[in-house]
Amino acid sequence: MKLLTLLSLFVTYLVTDCINIENTAGQFFSSGHTNNWAVLVCTSRFWFNYRHVANSLSVYRSVKRLGIPDSHIVLMLADDMACNHRNPKPATVFSHKNMELNVYGDDVEVDYRGYEVTVENFLRVLTGRLPPSTPRSKRLLSDDRSNILIYLTGHGGNGFLKFQDSEEISNVELADAFEQMWQKRRYNELLFIIDTCQGASMYERFYSPNIMALASSQVGEDSLSHQPDLGIGVHLMDRYTFYLLEFLEDIHPASKANMNDLFKVCPKSQCVSTPGHRTDLFQRDPGSVLITDFFGSVRKVEITTEVVNLTDPIEQVDESPANGEAREAMYSYVDQLPVSEIIHQRSEM
Amino acid sequence: MAASRCSRCAWLFLVFIYSLYVVVISEEPTPGNEQHASVADNPQTPAETVKQPTEERRWEATQVDETVPDDAAAANKQDLPVPDSVLTSTPPLKDEFQEELVIRPLHSGDIYASFQFRTVWETDFTRGRKVSHYRLFPKSLGQVISKFSVRELHISFTQGYWRTMQWGQPYLPSPPGAELWVWFQDTVTDVDATWKELTNVLSGIFCASLNFIDSTNTVQPSASFKPLGIANGTDHRFLRYATLPREIVCTENLTPWKKLLPCGSKAGLAVLLKSEKLFHSSFHSQAVHIRPVCQDGPCKTASLELRQTLNVVFDLHASGQGKREWSLFKMFSRTLTEACPLASSSKIYIDVTDNPQEDQFELSPATHLLSQAVVLGDRRTFSVYDLTQQVTFGTVRSLNVLIRWKSTEGDMLRPLLHAERYVAGYGLQTGEIHTLIYNNHPFRSFPVLLLDSVPWYLRLYVHTLTVTSKGKDNKPSYIHYQPSKDRMRPHLLEMLVQLPPHSVTEVTVQFERALLKWTEYTPDPNHGFYVGYEHIACHICHKSVLQVRNERIFQMCFSFNCRSSVVSALVPSTVAMNTNITKEQPLFSTFFPAKEESSYFIRVYTEPLLVNLPTPDFSMPYNVICLTCTVVAVGYGSLYNLLTRSFQVEEPNPGLAKRIANVIRKMRGVPPLVAKVFQSQLIQSVQTHKGRLVCVVNFATVTKIAPAVNYAAPMDAGTSAYLQLR
Repeated sequence: MKLLTLLSLFVTYLVTDCINIENTAGQFFSSGHTNNWAVLVCTSRFWFNYRHVANSLSVYRSVKRLGIPDSHIVLMLADDMACNHRNPKPATVFSHKNMELNVYGDDVEVDYRGYEVTVENFLRVLTGRLPPSTPRSKRLLSDDRSNILIYLTGHGGNGFLKFQDSEEISNVELADAFEQMWQKRRYNELLFIIDTCQGASMYERFYSPNIMALASSQVGEDSLSHQPDLGIGVHLMDRYTFYLLEFLEDIHPASKANMNDLFKVCPKSQCVSTPGHRTDLFQRDPGSVLITDFFGSVRKVEITTEVVNLTDPIEQVDESPANGEAREAMYSYVDQLPVSEIIHQRSEM
Repeated sequence: MAASRCSRCAWLFLVFIYSLYVVVISEEPTPGNEQHASVADNPQTPAETVKQPTEERRWEATQVDETVPDDAAAANKQDLPVPDSVLTSTPPLKDEFQEELVIRPLHSGDIYASFQFRTVWETDFTRGRKVSHYRLFPKSLGQVISKFSVRELHISFTQGYWRTMQWGQPYLPSPPGAELWVWFQDTVTDVDATWKELTNVLSGIFCASLNFIDSTNTVQPSASFKPLGIANGTDHRFLRYATLPREIVCTENLTPWKKLLPCGSKAGLAVLLKSEKLFHSSFHSQAVHIRPVCQDGPCKTASLELRQTLNVVFDLHASGQGKREWSLFKMFSRTLTEACPLASSSKIYIDVTDNPQEDQFELSPATHLLSQAVVLGDRRTFSVYDLTQQVTFGTVRSLNVLIRWKSTEGDMLRPLLHAERYVAGYGLQTGEIHTLIYNNHPFRSFPVLLLDSVPWYLRLYVHTLTVTSKGKDNKPSYIHYQPSKDRMRPHLLEMLVQLPPHSVTEVTVQFERALLKWTEYTPDPNHGFYVGYEHIACHICHKSVLQVRNERIFQMCFSFNCRSSVVSALVPSTVAMNTNITKEQPLFSTFFPAKEESSYFIRVYTEPLLVNLPTPDFSMPYNVICLTCTVVAVGYGSLYNLLTRSFQVEEPNPGLAKRIANVIRKMRGVPPLVAKVFQSQLIQSVQTHKGRLVCVVNFATVTKIAPAVNYAAPMDAGTSAYLQLR
């Protein structure tokens, strides 16, 4: 009898243990992604659009701080504010008044800048249809296990976003690009954030699955600037991104804040405009989606205490030239300005 | 005495016999004959012969690497028995890293700081071998130069213009914006395609817009650029040169540049490279130079040299707060605490030539190490701080070199050569480019090679090319001109001109501006300052490169005397214009290889030009569309309206008298009274007849009104005149 009870206890223990393991394993793989990417775009040129560059750089700073490496961030800045001749403090871009927070940092890597920021390049980056010699740092090399954060800022209107004051992308084009990404299995889940006037019009036409979208303002509303600075002479940030940055500054890789917290960022009392969001295409409950699923690159790690023996160290390959290939020809430095040689050179006039 | 002599003789005899024996044996025709000879020649060879089998085997292994896929190669490697000695012993030092900072106080009160980081790697990329192990040399660059078969690569990013008249010559010249020139190996078949790919890859490495380099801004100079490293021949088909004059230079370019350093920005001189200070300056230039150099004196084997340079000029008022006092901390907001542990030498040089008795400025902490080097034809004296010595950092364990001026006097020697350029002319159709080249040497003339690369949208009139010095025509001894092709390639003009002593030589050429297609303009064509990518903008930014063989000011005998008079042991033992480039010289003096002792080579860049191109009003299309639409709407609309609308005849209520009259007329059988009928009530259609508009009149109405009428009456379109009835 005693034996039986003992056995049953043991069995229940085993069962609960199994359930626990399943739970932890479920948590371990809950988000369904293995890598994170970010595409951060500022589409505005000219010094008075300083705030748009600061917007993109503040998101860049946050995602980098939360663990997405530079190789997984495609940063597009349409103009150079940091080394602009009007900038009183070169190599800085501030997000807060009185030069409190330099979002430019000391190790920024801008992938597309100046005239390279065009609608065509942006769509090519998203859809991966780039010329073959494009370097890796300028590509979005995501797969169907990638969570992608796409952040856009600039001047927009109802249904479009201006690029460089000379061209624009429409919400239909953007929606089609996302559909193409989905069909090409270029993302697992996609978080789209836009900070422009009438931003909500940009996500109206989305129809691809697994996209969550946020915008700083509704159709018919302007998105407003914040933090005017007398020293720099322009507004430093837009209101929505400013409060987004303040929110993200409190996030750390292990924090459990979820998307519902993100939706509450910048209520109308702070933003003046009404931020909007769209979750009907997204398949998970936003309350279960962590902020770090998109803004960070949190790798789930299990620590083992077992000792692992690494076998052979890397073999050093000797690069010395083979003795048999003794060189007969002697090298020499070339005369930098061989006048007589040049004069007698056949002129191809 | 005699006995000892005898014994010596006996010894000599024995030795003689032994040597004879050796000779006889060696002359026997044995298969190992040559090996023996080599043993006699070289005492090191026994060791080598022992090593040879293993080396051969490894060589084979690497060859296998190249041919078979990776997996198989890895399997092969595992199978290979690896000698223990290779694993345990450290690999032989095949690469070396040096770092150096030169500070030159300028007479204007500004200060010039020049960093040089040099990695020399005893490997040879030129034979198409794949190298997979990197130690100090950055792998990202190594892979690029082996993949694209690059022999030499020179790239620079510069912000600001070097003011030669105020600052003298820089150690390393560079033009504003980005400059890239590359020598490919002669095994490259399609140079243009390789060049295009290379620029794309470099744009990724350096976070720059180098992908804008295409055929419209690439030239092949025929004589201006020679390989700076060792080379067997100079075939300029393998050379490509391009500039992007308005390329932005900022932290995003500095970050990848710093990552190429073995110590990064963590230790050594590179900790000083903080962007907020470096970009708060009058001039900033960073460059990467890769070239093959001699490994040793006889120059039988080549090494690969990577030189990373960074030059910066801090402004007296902007960054020095107007005080003539500079320190490392004031310049870079950091002090030095250690050398880069991987560096074989780490030194700071401070130019004290103008300060022999310390009457100009004061240096603290004082150093007793002095060094002399001939830089740019001038013998300069430098105070040296050796960072590899712990003594340098003193008791505070940090080095903050301070330069404090005592007097503001002193005058700079005019630079022997400088150049200016500007655009003359008015209007938006034609113009003239003027280039002024100054030779300030009082009695020597020297040749200058001028290179001009002008974008296609300026059409040069080569027949207007004039070169004058001292009011006389100065005929160039060599001219190479390649005309441009629209949207294909730029103009290239190279000239070899002899500059008379103490003269100004003026080169002028006229041009005409081309009209761009409206998609070829930049997004900001009216925004004066930033416009200037060559292939799109309304500005032309081109520059001329002057190459000069300058005569040294000092006479030859003087400099040779100086060489022998160098006594300090730590000072480099060679002096200026040494034709052997050896490693003991400071880095800044060894960039251009000197071939002759009497002259040195410099390169001078003129300022880039801004030329306004006729820029359309980009809102014009909209205006045009609006205007046309209005005209069409008003004109066509009213006519169409007129022709298609059907009007109802509204019978006005006739007055009582008329009604009575009509009743009477009806009774009499006479048609009733109708005074007027509007034309629109009558017209049935409008037709053209013999070039005139003809109205066809509604017959029914007309017959109702009047029995006899002109059935077809000529009329003007759009008139509302009514038809006068008969």
